[in-house]
Amino acid sequence: MLAVNFLLLAAALFAIGVYGVIARRNAVMVLMSIELILNAVSLNLVAFSLMTGAIDGQVFALYVIAIAAAEVGVGLAMVLMIYRNRKTIALDELSEMKG
Amino acid sequence: MSAVILAADSVNVAQNVAFGIIAAIMIFAALNVVTTKNVVHAALWLVVVLSGIAAQYILAAAEFVAISQVLVYIGAVMVLFLFGIMLTRAQIGKESDLNNKGWALGIPVGVVLFALLAWVILDAFGEDTLPDRGPAPTVALSDQFLSIYLVPFLAISFVLLAAAIGAIVLARKD
Repeated sequence: MLAVNFLLLAAALFAIGVYGVIARRNAVMVLMSIELILNAVSLNLVAFSLMTGAIDGQVFALYVIAIAAAEVGVGLAMVLMIYRNRKTIALDELSEMKG
Repeated sequence: MSAVILAADSVNVAQNVAFGIIAAIMIFAALNVVTTKNVVHAALWLVVVLSGIAAQYILAAAEFVAISQVLVYIGAVMVLFLFGIMLTRAQIGKESDLNNKGWALGIPVGVVLFALLAWVILDAFGEDTLPDRGPAPTVALSDQFLSIYLVPFLAISFVLLAAAIGAIVLARKD
């Protein structure tokens, strides 16, 4: 099996995730796109682990999974708090900090 | 003739076919995640993508990572997402304003990013084949975690604890 298969699939998922982060207005949808990006990266890590025979890539993939779980928990809690205070989670309406 | 070439390259045909089918489903589902008008459908398409990633891990001989992916992502993270969607929206159904005003800017950015990444990947690893390894033993993984990666392992458990407490503090009603 060619090594580029996994890497190209991960690159495609990464690009789709970046498009989602740019295009989406709903904060929950942006978090989903970030999940796509993180998954693309851990697929890359596992593919490199298979390529070199070292198991460290899988260790890093597990770290990425753990960090992603923490990120989603905190991110959704923040989204819930914003929704409770503002009654909206549209990102372009949260512009108080803009100079 | 083609069979000779495949045998010479030690290419596993079944593995390649499975990879292609799963990859096509994943790309289709990922495009649906970022384009669908319905937030709940986006979450369900994301389940398809995450399951596909778990299947690719199994094809890449990483069983433990695949099982962790299913447990953590499909089991826990997706439930969190569905809770988040249902707690922040009034109606279930189509929404017309899910995209930013400048959403079309994302298309050239995504296409150029993919083209650059594909060019670099093909330049660096164009002809490399993956060796046919057996599944990575989970014992080796745990040996790594409990020897040289012990400090990051402890650090990440504190990160998870801090994230759990922080999420409760943020989301609690006073």
